[in-house]
Amino acid sequence: MADLPDASTCYELLARMVLIRRFEEEAGRQYQRAKAGGFLHLAIGEEATIVGATSVMRDEDYLIGTYRTHGHAIARGTDPKRVMAELFGRVDGTSGGRGGSMHIFDRASRFMGGYGIVGGNLPIAAGLALSSEYKGEDAVTVCMLGDGASNTGNFGETMNLAALWQLPVFFLVENNLYGMGTSVERHSAQTDLSKKAEGYGIPGKRIDGMDVIAVREGVAEGIRQAREEHRPTILEAFTYRYRGHSAADPEVYREREEVEEWQQKDPIEVFARRCVEADVLGEREVQEVRDKADEQVKAAVEFADASPEPALDSLYENLYVIDSAAGWYAVDERSPEPHRGEREEESMPEAARELAEAGAAYAGQPDRPRPNPAEHGDAQEGVEPEVAEEVEEREVPEEVED
Amino acid sequence: MPTLRMREALRDAMAEEMRRDEAVFVMGEDVGVFQGAFKVTEGLLEEFGERRVRDTPISENTIVGAGVGAAMGGLRPVVELMTVNFALLALDQIVNHAAAIPYMFNGQTRVPLVIRMPGGGGHQLGPTHSHSFEALFLQVPGLLVACPSTPADGKALLKAAIRDDNPVIFIEHESLYGARGEVAEDGDGEVLRFGEAAVRREGGDVTIVGILKMAHIAEEAARALSHEHGVEAEVIDPRTLRPLDLDTILASVRKTNRAVIVEEGWPHGGVGANLATLITEQAFDHLDAPVQRVTGADVHMPYSKRLEQAAIPHEEHVVQAALAALEGSL
Repeated sequence: MADLPDASTCYELLARMVLIRRFEEEAGRQYQRAKAGGFLHLAIGEEATIVGATSVMRDEDYLIGTYRTHGHAIARGTDPKRVMAELFGRVDGTSGGRGGSMHIFDRASRFMGGYGIVGGNLPIAAGLALSSEYKGEDAVTVCMLGDGASNTGNFGETMNLAALWQLPVFFLVENNLYGMGTSVERHSAQTDLSKKAEGYGIPGKRIDGMDVIAVREGVAEGIRQAREEHRPTILEAFTYRYRGHSAADPEVYREREEVEEWQQKDPIEVFARRCVEADVLGEREVQEVRDKADEQVKAAVEFADASPEPALDSLYENLYVIDSAAGWYAVDERSPEPHRGEREEESMPEAARELAEAGAAYAGQPDRPRPNPAEHGDAQEGVEPEVAEEVEEREVPEEVED
Repeated sequence: MPTLRMREALRDAMAEEMRRDEAVFVMGEDVGVFQGAFKVTEGLLEEFGERRVRDTPISENTIVGAGVGAAMGGLRPVVELMTVNFALLALDQIVNHAAAIPYMFNGQTRVPLVIRMPGGGGHQLGPTHSHSFEALFLQVPGLLVACPSTPADGKALLKAAIRDDNPVIFIEHESLYGARGEVAEDGDGEVLRFGEAAVRREGGDVTIVGILKMAHIAEEAARALSHEHGVEAEVIDPRTLRPLDLDTILASVRKTNRAVIVEEGWPHGGVGANLATLITEQAFDHLDAPVQRVTGADVHMPYSKRLEQAAIPHEEHVVQAALAALEGSL
């Protein structure tokens, strides 16, 4: 087992993991209260992979992720208030309420986005790395992807391009053992995902993604190779999400025992205990971390609640950068009136505004039962599924630390 | 002004912008050593080297996606897709990413990316190499769509596209690469604003709107209408579909009270269908006849020369459509 870093680093790692955990738990509650809409993908259980990776990145490095990235943004330094406001669809959200849970983005911290299309972020990661290389900067792009994304065409295409052009990019597979509800054994012929890019010239390793120190070391080495040698590599981190794929997941594809088994290896509990036993942190500090996280999350909810809904006449904002071009850019389907973009500050025509307000009022009825986005997945968090499919005994991968 | 072929005008646009701005680079399948499948990038590798003229693997979605990422990282990529048809392999990056990113991230990042692609039929390339997908891209908010028909417009619009901060779909027509025309030389005045239509011919009897190769067919038809039927058609080439210079088209329709739209693409949900709706919504009271559309046939492009020609609009189709719009008034 790798040595613990100094006390202040341990404190910081623990603090970030606990903050993400608390944030995600609260996001789940807010979703059930219909404060957050759409799909909600929580990363509870995956905190060590997120925090271990981001803790060894430099400020100028790019991070790009999947649709499960509330924690990634927070780990990179985005204020949890702004992430919560985005989940609430409010103007102070990271994307002003246009992106939602799956599309968090924070230019200031070079968190280059969560993406709703599985594997869609991979080519963009290559492009970001290309921009750094082209400009002679030594920033590295860290690209996170799930186990499911390793089956997309983008995976092969991007691995090939990254290796061919020797781009300063590092790939981290957050292998939580399921692509939605399909286990790795059932979705990938090659179940050792660290080997999957070998044929494209990208070597890989496997690590224990529940151990924040192991993740730090593995990612630091990958980033070093990308930065100093322009050698892209892939790291497969074994991790686990305790909650369903999204909040609308009845979890018929796995046994309760499997979840409990992974919870025994909880990245936060195990790390906190280790820090205390090694006398690096005291019980008091661990409690302090928890209390602070509770406060921050509470403040985030209050902030998000207080943040206004986006103005209706902001509907067309940021669709285009309007500069020298003339003409009609966008036509509102509810009105033939032209929309030339925000710079000309044309307000929405009256007829369109009335329709939009009627639509917004309908969507905003607080007591209206939530139409569940997953067609038959009515189950919310905490609801026990009635059907439990036979799941074969899984051989949990050995922790690979060296 | 020198006379150049379309392919040379487009190349000059890229070369001039690359000289002007270090952030501009070109990538695509066979754009470097091979000098482009249609020789549009001829000479660029020699002048700018492999760093700025990058041959890519055959990976359309990743080529475009890498362009998106590079643009987000501050560069100005010009991506060449070998043909419009291959753009279908990159639709995820074009629609879900390039077009959506500025909006869904609320303006925190721009995507100044140009995606060039040649399309159109007429070369017996059959069902998978002859598409006209202007309408497909026109439908996507967040994209700009250019469809130049002359070397001068090709150069001026491509330069504008490269300088623009929005993702631009730049559609070229394979049959027009060899077309010659006077082209402005390097200098600051020759960048064409997006959203400004060209009135190719003035006339008071009927408005004919045509894009790409069909802009030329529209002009030929207008000459035939004048010589053979005494009808004076006004011919408009929108040059860009997003933004669209609807004002110029509507002004013409208000004058002529009749409109014909010519395109090579499929009829359902096409450029003409869209424009006919806009004209009907905005100038219904000025119309003396239903808007006429001339489109490609509603089939996959056949290989047989005879069938292929039957699937593409020709001058006589446009003449017939104009006469139909004028029926009862001649």
